Amino acid sequence: MHLGPFVRSSLRSATTGGGRYHLWMGTLTVLMLTGGYCYFLQLRDGLGVTGMSDHVSWGLYISNFTFLVGLAAAAMMLVLPAYILEQVDFGKAVLLAEGVAVSALVMCLAFVVVDIGNPLGGWHLMPGIGFLNWPRSLLAWDVLVLNGYLALNLAIPFYLLYNRYAGHPPAKSKYLPWMYISVMWAVSIHLVTAFLLAGLPARPFWNSALLGPRFLASAFTAGPAFMILLLWFVRRNTAYPIAEGALSKLAMITTVAAQINLVMLLSELFYEFYWPTHHGIHAVYLYFGLDGHHALVPFIWTAISLNILATAALMTHSVRRNLRLLMPTCAVLFFAIWVEKGLGLVIPGFIPSPLGEIVEYTPTLVELGVTIGIWAMGMFVLTVLVRVAVPIELGEVRSPYLEAPRADRTVRPRATRARYEDVRPFRTR
Amino acid sequence: MTDDQAGDLPERGSDGGLLQKPVDRRNALGMLVAGAVAGVQALGACVPLNGETPEEREVRVLAWREYIKGNYRFMTDAERTETITRLEELARLKRDEEVTIQSTGAQPGVVFGYAFNISKCQGFRNCIEACINENNLDREADTQYIRIFEMSEGEVNFDLGDATFQHEVPAEGHFYLGTQCFQCANPPCTSVCPVGATWQEPDGIVVIDYDWCIGCRYCMAACPYWARRFNWSAPDVPASEVNPNQHYLGNRARKKGVVEKCTFCIHRTRQGRLPSCVEACPTGARVFGNLLDPDSEIRWVLEHKQVFRLKEDLKTEPRFWYFTD
Repeated sequence: MHLGPFVRSSLRSATTGGGRYHLWMGTLTVLMLTGGYCYFLQLRDGLGVTGMSDHVSWGLYISNFTFLVGLAAAAMMLVLPAYILEQVDFGKAVLLAEGVAVSALVMCLAFVVVDIGNPLGGWHLMPGIGFLNWPRSLLAWDVLVLNGYLALNLAIPFYLLYNRYAGHPPAKSKYLPWMYISVMWAVSIHLVTAFLLAGLPARPFWNSALLGPRFLASAFTAGPAFMILLLWFVRRNTAYPIAEGALSKLAMITTVAAQINLVMLLSELFYEFYWPTHHGIHAVYLYFGLDGHHALVPFIWTAISLNILATAALMTHSVRRNLRLLMPTCAVLFFAIWVEKGLGLVIPGFIPSPLGEIVEYTPTLVELGVTIGIWAMGMFVLTVLVRVAVPIELGEVRSPYLEAPRADRTVRPRATRARYEDVRPFRTR
Repeated sequence: MTDDQAGDLPERGSDGGLLQKPVDRRNALGMLVAGAVAGVQALGACVPLNGETPEEREVRVLAWREYIKGNYRFMTDAERTETITRLEELARLKRDEEVTIQSTGAQPGVVFGYAFNISKCQGFRNCIEACINENNLDREADTQYIRIFEMSEGEVNFDLGDATFQHEVPAEGHFYLGTQCFQCANPPCTSVCPVGATWQEPDGIVVIDYDWCIGCRYCMAACPYWARRFNWSAPDVPASEVNPNQHYLGNRARKKGVVEKCTFCIHRTRQGRLPSCVEACPTGARVFGNLLDPDSEIRWVLEHKQVFRLKEDLKTEPRFWYFTD
C-alpha cells in the first residue's frame, strides 16, 4: 500500500517551503497560540469574558459560524459545473474548493465549540451514549449535516489525491455518486443553518421565509469570490494549471449571485420599511439606530456600500475581465458580505430583546483573540491542504513504489528522500 | 490501582498530619465506599494519589461519577437517588453546605397556572428579592428571573416599559407588570434543545437538567419572553445565604456555562406550597394554583376576570395570565 509514503510525502510537502511560506505559517501559529490562550481564559472564567450577555446571548462566534457555513457550502459552486455539467476546466479547481470547504468547516465547528458554555458535556450530543434531539431540534440537524459534509469533503479529495499519488486513475463510479451527494449536501448545510435561525418566532428579525434563500445567495457570492482569490494566488505561485476560463466563469457566478443577493436585500428593506410594523424594530436598530443606540449602523452601511460598489464593478465587463481589478473587487465583496452577515444578521436579532429592552453588544479582546485564532487555524488548514494537493496533482510527488523496479519493491522508500526536497511547488522569487 | 490500595485509604486518614483535620474522621465511612468504587475505576489508575488528601480524592471520584451520569429525564429512580446523594455529598465537601435535594415528581391531577393583577402591583419588587434568595440566584451577576416593567398608564407597551427604574414607587401615572417564565403549554425553548436537556414536566413546569445542558443557548434565542438566564461565570451564592431546601430540577447549585430559569419554585409548589414570589408580594397581585382544580383561586380569576396573555399570536400558550381589577 502507498498509505505510509502518502502520509510522509504530505507531511513533507506541508513543512517544506521558502522563507515567505514559513513566515506565513509562523504568523498563523502565533495567532493560533494567542487564540488558544484567550480560549483558556474563557474556559477558566466562563463566557463572561466575552461581550455577550443574557440579552445578546450569541455574538461574534455564532456570527462567524453562520458566515463560514456559507463559505463551506459555496464549494459546491465549483463541484457542480465541473462534474455534473462536465465543464472540465473547473476540474483542477475543484480540489482546492474542497480544501476551502474543509477549512471553513473546521472553523465552523471550532466556533460552535468555543461558543458552548459546557464543552465537556459535548458527548451528550452523541446518539447512543448521549441524546441527540433529532429531528426536533434544528441544531441537532446542523450537527449532523455539518459533520456529514466534512466527512464527504475529506473523503472525496483524499480518494482523488491518493489515487493520483499511487498512480492509478480514480474510478468515476467510486467518487462521482458522492460528488452528487456532496452538491445536495452543500445546499442542505446552509439551509439548515438558516432554518436554525428562521425557525424562531421569538426573533422576528430572523423569522422570515427569505432568510434561507438569502443565506444561499450571499454564500454563493462570498464563496466564489474567495475561490477566485485563492485560485489566482495558486496560479501565480505554482505551476498548477488553472485555466483562464475557470476564473472568468467563477467571476460570472459571483456576479450573478451578488446581483441576486442585492435584489433580496432590496426586498427585505422594502418589507421592513414600506409599512413598518413592530417586527421591523430590529431592522430599525440595525440600519438607523434605536433610542440613541446605534453600534451597528456604521458597519451595515459600510457593508451595503461596499456590496453595491463591488457588484457594480463586477457587472462592468472591463473590470471583471481584468484580473488586476477583479482581485480587489472580490476581496471587497468578501469583506462586505462578512460584515453584513457576520455583524448584521445574528446580533440585531437580539436587539431589542423580546421584552423591548435595548442592550448593545461589543466584543471583548478575549473574544476577538479567540475569533482571530480560529480564522488563523482555518487558514493554516487550508494552506496545508493546498500545499499537499498541488504537488500531487502536478505529478511532482508520487509514490516511490511507482519508480522502483518490481524486484526492489520491498526496499523502504528512504533512498528517495532527496527527491522530495527538490520539490518546490511554490516558486520563490 | 487495586482494591488493596483503595483499602489503604482509611489508614491514610489516620496519618499524623491528616489526623488534625476533623473532617477526615467524619467522612471515613464515605471515603471507604468511594475508595472501593474508585478502586475498580480505570481513572483511578491514571491519577497519582501522591499529595491528594482522601477528601480531595472523594471529591474527584464523586465529580467523575457525576460527569458520566445520564440525563435526569431518562434516569431510573435508583439513579436519581444516587446522583442526589452524590450532589449532597459534593455540596458538603466542596462548599461546606448541608443541603437536601428533592426529586419530587409532578403530582397527579395538577397543572400549575399563574395570574398577575396589573391593577394591584405597585412595583415594590419584593418578589424579585424573594426569588433571588429562594432560588439561590447568582448574587455576583445579580441574576433575576422576574422583571417588573414600569409602564405609562394606558397601554401595555414593552418598548416604552422600563424594568430598571430606580425611584420611589408607585410612580404617578404608571402601572407595573411583571414577567418571568410563563411555563408555556407549547414551549419553543424545549424543542430547540439539541440534547434534550430541557423539557416540560406533566404539571406544566418547564425544567432544565443543569448537568446535561451543554450551554449552547439556543433555548435563550428561542424564548419569546426572555425568561432564560445563562451562567456567564461560576455562580456565587454566599454559603450563609444558601437555601438548603432544594430540588434537582430547581434551585440546586448551578455551574458555570449552563442555562437556568424560573421553575415556579418547583421545590415548594410540588409540596403544596406557593412560589416564593407569590408569598412575598405585599399587594396580593400574584395568584397561583392548580388549573385542574375547579375551586382554586386561579380558576376563579380565569372565570371571572378579563384576562390576556403576552404574544398570543405566537401560539406558545403561556400558563401565565394578566388581569385587572
